[in-house]
Amino acid sequence: MYAVNYHRASSVADAAKRGGGDAKYLSGGMTLLPAMKTRLAAPSDLVDLSRLEELRGVRISGRTVTIGAATTHYEVSTDAGLKSAFPLLCRFASLIGDPAVRYKGTIGGSIANNDPAADYPAALVALGATVVTDKREIAAEDFFTGLFETALDDGEIVTAVRFDIPEKAGWEKFRNPASRYAIVGVFVAKKGDGVRVAVTGAGDDGVFRSKEIEAALAKGLDQKALDGISVPSDGLMGDIHASPEYRANLIAVMAKRAVAQAAG
Amino acid sequence: MSDVVMTVNGRKVAASVEDRTLLVHFLRENLNLTGTHVGCDTSQCGACVVHVDGKAVKSCTMLAAQASGSTIVTIEGLAEGAELHPVQAAFREHHGLQCGFCTPGMIMAATDMIRRHPEGLDEKTVRHELEGNICRCTGYHNIVKAILAASKAMAAGGEAKAA
Repeated sequence: MYAVNYHRASSVADAAKRGGGDAKYLSGGMTLLPAMKTRLAAPSDLVDLSRLEELRGVRISGRTVTIGAATTHYEVSTDAGLKSAFPLLCRFASLIGDPAVRYKGTIGGSIANNDPAADYPAALVALGATVVTDKREIAAEDFFTGLFETALDDGEIVTAVRFDIPEKAGWEKFRNPASRYAIVGVFVAKKGDGVRVAVTGAGDDGVFRSKEIEAALAKGLDQKALDGISVPSDGLMGDIHASPEYRANLIAVMAKRAVAQAAG
Repeated sequence: MSDVVMTVNGRKVAASVEDRTLLVHFLRENLNLTGTHVGCDTSQCGACVVHVDGKAVKSCTMLAAQASGSTIVTIEGLAEGAELHPVQAAFREHHGLQCGFCTPGMIMAATDMIRRHPEGLDEKTVRHELEGNICRCTGYHNIVKAILAASKAMAAGGEAKAA
């Protein structure tokens, strides 16, 4: 890791003052610190947001869920309110990384770093979530702009994520057995305005919606509608773990399982 | 440089370290607590697991500066004097180690796991929850046995000790 200056923010306003330029915000550090250790990221300064109480916690109001950006995966997976209102998200969070990673990793950190194999981007895009920052609100679909890239401006801070609980939803991922990152993960959500299917781990540009699978499910969450479906391998990642074609096939398989789960 | 102050195994420590110092290096090199190991260095293997404010985390993926103000327990802080912690005793009893490199992390992860499951553990849960700890000798069978035994022993002893 290159030399860096560490600051612990005393508030979001304090953090905003220290951000910008070559500084980066640090939350759980589960994406950023490994990137710094491998020198893929070399910020001049780290502004630590993880101890800011104002960024923590899950609030449920009617059908609307708001999760503070510094809420850890462990906290989401064990939140009593979410367990009764939207248990799938608790299960989803309990499948990120491993127990030690879940104690540290946060929803805000996951999305602000936008690792192409992170789980939350798929959930937020499928749920049609809104990303709340210290300056504005951004639709999840517009937030994730490419590999490790987001719509965040220099120095802008993710403060929360908000979404309405869907009528039905399912999540399946095929994990790398060592890193626990998704080789392919598919989140399916049905709301009044239709079915959204978001894929992580597979796209060259990070999370994306699968048009083919969404079209097949336009009439509802029916697993049979996905029989024989073919997902194109254009624009999919290929690496030592899986070729683009293998990932394309996995998208169809994971989507079927996610639909079965949502329908069940 | 960062001035860090933390409580490690019950002892208050203070030091001035480079901001980029990882907690695991601070423990090993500044405090000479070399029981905590560096295995993969990519937050996958779990050999570096320690407890920070009661939670098992990977000390290779946390800065010492982030841990300033926290309470840390490492493998060296688990036993009470000559008396092994029940999880350590169970690892010895069930031969839950081969080369021993992953053992400190396994034990720190296991004590956290047992604390999180006061209702008791079954084999499936233990194997699932050990997903962040890799034993390159592939000695999982006895590790799982040891954790199950420790969980029972601690429940029987009424000491769901947080450690």
